[in-house]
Amino acid sequence: MKQPGAAEAPIVDIVRVGKTFDNRTHALSDVTLSVRRGEFLALVGPSGCGKSTLLSLIAGLDRPSTGRLSWWGRPFAETGGAGRRIAFVFQAPTLMPWARVDTNVRLPLTLAGMPRTVADQRVNGALARVHLAPFAHHLPRQLSGGMQMRASIARALVTEPDLLLMDEPFGALDEFTRQRLDSELLALWSAQRMTIVFVTHSIQEAVFLSSRVAVMAAHPGRILDTWTIDAPYPRSDAFRVSPTFVQHAARLSASVAAAGADALPIED
Amino acid sequence: MPGSRRTQRLLQILAPLAVAVVFVAGWQAIVMWKEIPPYLVPSPGLVAHTLYADRTLLLGSLGVTMSIALVALALATTLGVSIALVFVQSRWIEMSLFPYAILLQVTPIVAIAPLIIIWVHDTRVALILCAAVVAVFPVISNTTLGLRSVDSGLLNFFRLSRATRWQTLWRLRVPSALPYFFGGLRIASGLALIGAVVAEFVAGTGGQGAGLAYQILLSGIQLNIPRLFAALVLIAGAGVAMFAATVAVSRLALARWHESELRHDVDR
Repeated sequence: MKQPGAAEAPIVDIVRVGKTFDNRTHALSDVTLSVRRGEFLALVGPSGCGKSTLLSLIAGLDRPSTGRLSWWGRPFAETGGAGRRIAFVFQAPTLMPWARVDTNVRLPLTLAGMPRTVADQRVNGALARVHLAPFAHHLPRQLSGGMQMRASIARALVTEPDLLLMDEPFGALDEFTRQRLDSELLALWSAQRMTIVFVTHSIQEAVFLSSRVAVMAAHPGRILDTWTIDAPYPRSDAFRVSPTFVQHAARLSASVAAAGADALPIED
Repeated sequence: MPGSRRTQRLLQILAPLAVAVVFVAGWQAIVMWKEIPPYLVPSPGLVAHTLYADRTLLLGSLGVTMSIALVALALATTLGVSIALVFVQSRWIEMSLFPYAILLQVTPIVAIAPLIIIWVHDTRVALILCAAVVAVFPVISNTTLGLRSVDSGLLNFFRLSRATRWQTLWRLRVPSALPYFFGGLRIASGLALIGAVVAEFVAGTGGQGAGLAYQILLSGIQLNIPRLFAALVLIAGAGVAMFAATVAVSRLALARWHESELRHDVDR
């Protein structure tokens, strides 16, 4: 068991950040949030609340219009995006259909120019951690949706990231597969001592996974509320029916409903 | 139902064959029954006989036409792929040059051929150029489309992994474009043959390097209609053979590209 986020320096510090796109969409307004070392932070909110925008700001893919972000205490201008070990898992597995699973998982290392022998060891390790070692030589289309997602996670793990950003990774999977991958993800998170920021639509998933949850509202995108899910890890399926779970789920549900009350269905 | 797939495949071969038998037999019967003179419509038997009797002349011409078409196809492929690679480097280049590629495509080769034949002293080279002009467009447009039809999620992943332009081209765009490229090649193979025949009609070169188009032209003037038919049969056969060859090559190449890594991983 570990105590997540207890009085440690934040990995990412977001201070009064706003983001307005060229088409004048006011995606984010006055967002202040710290991602603490070792925590599992869930971002929950209605469509159009700027969850994905916030995630791409954290990834350094995009720059804020106002406010400032820093990684490990240093601003973007200083680090220039280099040297930050951040990995991304998208909603779709986004694997190269023409390449074997191990080639897909090796991709970030290949692009970084890592020697093949070193890379192969890391690839084998990552595949073993997501239970895909026997499928290393398969093509993506030979795998089920859940297994493709595992391959996508292995591709993120292979870079040994300090921070893993996940944008609704299990949203397209059936409930059984999703619950299983949730449990596997928690096991990986504990074993790797990573920090994870996890965007989801699912209240159940957010409560089950996260050590802290942030609820966002739309128009403009902002953070309504954050609180700690104070249930110990490891969490088993029994946690899903515990009073603590139900209590947090109820609070989250009410919070999301409040956030969605003024939300118009506009693209994210 | 067991064996139903084999029956299906057998039918796929037998049904068109039956049509051919009925057609040729009907043709032979009508010619014999109505006593149509061979300078109007020769019987299939006479065409077959002419094909055999004039085999040295006709096969020589077939070789000339085929070699022009094949060299033109190779030239069109090389040029088309190079132009497509330039096009995808920037939208500006494509926007500025694509209209001229279309201009080349929509201008009838019969209208351009005399110019090319005047400008280029060597007739063979002139004919190759004409055929290549006809065949190049589908290669350009299909390959350009393919190089642009990249999964946006994968493109995002390459960007996140700080892939260079060259890495993105070689590891993402080229493999994504292959099926499109082969579609273009299939169309181009037919066009190269058409271009070779049309250009030869315009050039009207006789003597040693005479192709099938010249044999048709000459046979028409001499009212040697059986030989004209024999030449037609050879051109049609050559077209089918070229089409079948490109289909086979593309099937082989795609299977290899997409599964080569199953056997031995080629990496650079």
